[in-house]
Amino acid sequence: MMGHWMMASRFETTRRAFLARAAAGSLAVALHTGPVRAQPVQTSARIVIIGAGAAGTALANRLVRRLDGAQITLIDPRGQHLYQPGLTLVAAGLRPADYVVSQTSDWLPDGVTLIPQAVAGLDPETRVVETEDGQSLPYDYLVLAPGLVLDHDAIDGFSLDMVGQNGIGALYAGPDHAARTWTAASQFIEEGGRGLFTRPATEIKCAGAPLKHTFLIEDRLQRAGNRAAAEIVYAAPQASLFGVPIVAERVRMLFGDRGIGTQMGRTLTAIDASAKIATFETDDGPEDEQYDYIHIIPPQRAPEFIRQSGLSWEDRWTDQGWVDVDQYTLRHNRYDEIWAVGDVAGVPKGKTAASVKWQVPVVEDQMVSAIGGREATERYNGYTSCPLITRIGRAMLIEFDYDNNLTPSFPGLIAPLEELWISWLMKEVALKATYNAMLRGRA
Amino acid sequence: MKDLTFGTMIAVFEEMFAPWLFWGMVVLALLITVAWLYVLVRDRAFGMRQFLIAQLFMPIGAIAAVWFVMVMTDSRLADIGGPVDVIVLLAIAALGAVGMGMLVYVIERLGFRGHQSS
Repeated sequence: MMGHWMMASRFETTRRAFLARAAAGSLAVALHTGPVRAQPVQTSARIVIIGAGAAGTALANRLVRRLDGAQITLIDPRGQHLYQPGLTLVAAGLRPADYVVSQTSDWLPDGVTLIPQAVAGLDPETRVVETEDGQSLPYDYLVLAPGLVLDHDAIDGFSLDMVGQNGIGALYAGPDHAARTWTAASQFIEEGGRGLFTRPATEIKCAGAPLKHTFLIEDRLQRAGNRAAAEIVYAAPQASLFGVPIVAERVRMLFGDRGIGTQMGRTLTAIDASAKIATFETDDGPEDEQYDYIHIIPPQRAPEFIRQSGLSWEDRWTDQGWVDVDQYTLRHNRYDEIWAVGDVAGVPKGKTAASVKWQVPVVEDQMVSAIGGREATERYNGYTSCPLITRIGRAMLIEFDYDNNLTPSFPGLIAPLEELWISWLMKEVALKATYNAMLRGRA
Repeated sequence: MKDLTFGTMIAVFEEMFAPWLFWGMVVLALLITVAWLYVLVRDRAFGMRQFLIAQLFMPIGAIAAVWFVMVMTDSRLADIGGPVDVIVLLAIAALGAVGMGMLVYVIERLGFRGHQSS
């Protein structure tokens, strides 16, 4: 009896301690994520946010709480919001396509205006955004968060309607294409053969996704008992498997363990879908590779209106057009009233939802400070997180910054370079809840 | 992934099990706890015999809890990869064991009304 009471009491103590820690944690986060939440700043500023994806939505939700009287307008032609971190799960048959889809309007706060139009042009000199239906929107402050464009036309012989047939996958293209990617991959898992997993030469969103897809399909082959019938090759233009050297080494070892071959320094330029031949550009000229399954990730660039606006870097990423911003403040280097956040920002790292979560409070602080006439204090250090799935049920929770330092959120508890079940739980289960909280401006 | 606030934890569990299942389980756990407290207060005694039998059911609760979480998260025991995984697994098993122990004790004790012993 005594023992039981003690157990109950111990349990109670643990629970209480946990709640206390949770409360302390939330306080720490409140302190971390930004300036002291004072009275909303009075303003009649016209704020235009181009893009209502992860970054635009999260920022709008935060700004309405910080500003009183501001006219906040979002412009986005897509009515659907996509939870893009879920696409790798859809493409491995772990989630249905609708897992990643919600309505943009469901996430937006009252008091903002959503214009469901594409941007036709923007003039940073006159401070006006033009939409495709001819509306002119003058702004005092502008946030560029339109995401990026997948340049599928850059792969000769490839078009999106091919995805799902003849062994062609392309999970970045959206929920439907991710589901069709799983259709094509399933056939490969059943029949075996040669699988090519590619990556483009440009910057891409979620640099871990090409690796995750490779690992997951390899694991699916193992589980189907058909691994011996398949050859898996990861082919990429870069010299290493990941931008962070210590992670690249770890992935190299895992690829070795799993029998995944690599062909580095080659860029996919064309496919012949009927002959199942992929053409790569290499230092020694074009080379053809036969495949039974190919995963295509096209080059990625800033939207055309950004590249036409003169806001892109002039001397960096000239073929891609990312916005010329300071990497710590995300403020445009030539126009003080413009910021870029998310995929379109021209910073060395950070085309992930986790980066967005860290970038948005910085832009919020910048803009509210500019309006309130005080000095902004928040800085973005390049934080990016990549729960790198290595098999169904395991992942490595990799977090790093601009300097390629590992920045684990749970040091000593969750080892970043270890394949762990808890990291898988974070990716498969916890991430979407955290993401949703971020969209609402609460994380 | 730093925001382990109480609200985020609730949101995570809703996401993990779907809201109706999660809140259903919360209500069930609360009901069992209330019933457990009820029989303790009502009887002003702890039934050692019932507790002994309840303990025999605890391993079943532990295994059931682990199995349930594994199924819900597309995982299997082979995925346990490091010390923290073992800790999480044991915590889940412990919760299942305690929950099952309380449930069995309550059922037995409610049935024993009228001729309370020990």
